[in-house]
Amino acid sequence: MQAIRANETGLRVDEKLERLKLYGLSSPALLLILVILVIPVGWLFYVSFIGGDGQFSLENYQRMIKRSSYMRIFRTTFEVSVVTTALCIVIGYPLAYFLSQLPARLANLCMITVLLPFWTSLLVRTYAWLVLLQKKGLVNDWAIALGLWDEPIKMVHNMTGTLIGMVHIMLPFLILPVYGSMKAIDRDYMKAASNLGASPKRAFWDVFFPLTLPGLFAGTLMVFILCLGFFVTPAVLGGGKVIMVSMKIVSNIELFVSWGAASALGVVLLAMTFAILWVASRFLKLDQIAGGGH
Amino acid sequence: MFNWLNQPATETQITHGQRLWLYIVAVVIMLLLVAPTLIVVPMSFSDSQYLEFPPKVWSLRWYEHYFGSSEWMLATWTSLKAAFLTMLVATPVGVLAAYGLHASNVRFVRVTFLFLITPMMVPLVLVAIGVFYVYVQLGILYTVGGLVLAHSILALPLVVIVIGSALKSYDMSQENAARSLGAPRWKAFLTITLPQIRFAVVTAALLAFLTSFDEVVVAMFISGGDNPTLTRNMFNALRDQIDPTIASISTIMICVTTFMMILAQLFGQQKKAQD
Repeated sequence: MQAIRANETGLRVDEKLERLKLYGLSSPALLLILVILVIPVGWLFYVSFIGGDGQFSLENYQRMIKRSSYMRIFRTTFEVSVVTTALCIVIGYPLAYFLSQLPARLANLCMITVLLPFWTSLLVRTYAWLVLLQKKGLVNDWAIALGLWDEPIKMVHNMTGTLIGMVHIMLPFLILPVYGSMKAIDRDYMKAASNLGASPKRAFWDVFFPLTLPGLFAGTLMVFILCLGFFVTPAVLGGGKVIMVSMKIVSNIELFVSWGAASALGVVLLAMTFAILWVASRFLKLDQIAGGGH
Repeated sequence: MFNWLNQPATETQITHGQRLWLYIVAVVIMLLLVAPTLIVVPMSFSDSQYLEFPPKVWSLRWYEHYFGSSEWMLATWTSLKAAFLTMLVATPVGVLAAYGLHASNVRFVRVTFLFLITPMMVPLVLVAIGVFYVYVQLGILYTVGGLVLAHSILALPLVVIVIGSALKSYDMSQENAARSLGAPRWKAFLTITLPQIRFAVVTAALLAFLTSFDEVVVAMFISGGDNPTLTRNMFNALRDQIDPTIASISTIMICVTTFMMILAQLFGQQKKAQD
């Protein structure tokens, strides 16, 4: 009896060791992220608290609050992110619904229209919009030919162009998780609702829509977070008129070599991102969001 | 045709006719999703300095300009090298991590997983300037090796997610069976598990390649000198003016992406056929 019990403890210790060994397989990945991500970002955090005289100071943060230009940048970032996310929901949800109702073969075919932009370089897509929306571009040409407007409209190097480009780039990030949650819904629920006398509208809003909310939340969160830190599209399509936080960070480094100011902005941006994720994690499991995106 | 309109479309007996608006809206959105990118392809064959659609005179002028420019060729070569090496680094490291987490099942697996996907959450600009500073200190700024390391952490979350979800639907008892028959764990993994998740591994590798190949912001800061990436040069060119050469490069990049997508699809089909 004694021997068996001792053996059991031994086995348990062995198993624990084995599990830790297996866990150790993730150490190269952990090390890589530690060295290339955590240390550099930690260093930025440190620099953000160093003032012009090399001493500890809060001046980099104080400047942000005092100067209205910084406040304006944060407001722009927020506005662009909110509007882009809202447009993505309004455009993406119906398309995801449409795709989820198609027979499998047709759905796979139509899905290419979502996956192709998802895989295509965002620089290429931004460039495409730059070409299409310019004054002598295709959109203006066609709109004038169709009589929609008489004079070429300025649609790029401003807020309009930025929003068009960003919505186009973010849409797949919303559609994919929403589509996933729609496909997971048992169609019998809708049949049951309708058998119980619900009108198609009522069955959709009371049964179908609530079941898609987890996917919708996940997609919304993903799009919003990506928008907050976005750089390429507003930098190219905004033409200097739409300045987002990430662009200010870059110009602080490239033009003014001002690491303190850039780091402080970065820390605030990161804090905002993590705060949103933290709030979201109270309602959703974050690792599932990551799984839902692909 | 009109008959079809009156047929029920869903379980709630709503007819196709009543939902016609949805179909129209959906087709328009799908067009808007793909058309802007694809329209660049014919435009790149235009002879004009201003990009036209449809081109009045067709020519390969911008392709000649691209292939004839040593600067663009150098950038393309750097990007290909970096993407290939990123794939070689991120895929095995990510597969190991995903497998380790899946099999170990210790208490802090979830936290570790979240840590592994943080590179997806941290704004790219922050990664870029942080890494830029550290690389200056280490003296590896503008090297392919440095670029590969930075791109690898950006690709890691994708690899971990793709492999992780493949392992979730894989039955680990197969590996346990092999081990109970005397195979060491590494052998059981290589001969039993790995072949069964190979489609996920290929997808993950392709994603890692594209992550590096398409990445702009980090490359903008830490590539340059003798090793500028294609995206870095493209971005700089875009800031100045609309250079038609970019249209030809974009076309080539779209072809590369489409090719990779087809590859991934083919592997996916094979998997379905096997199931």
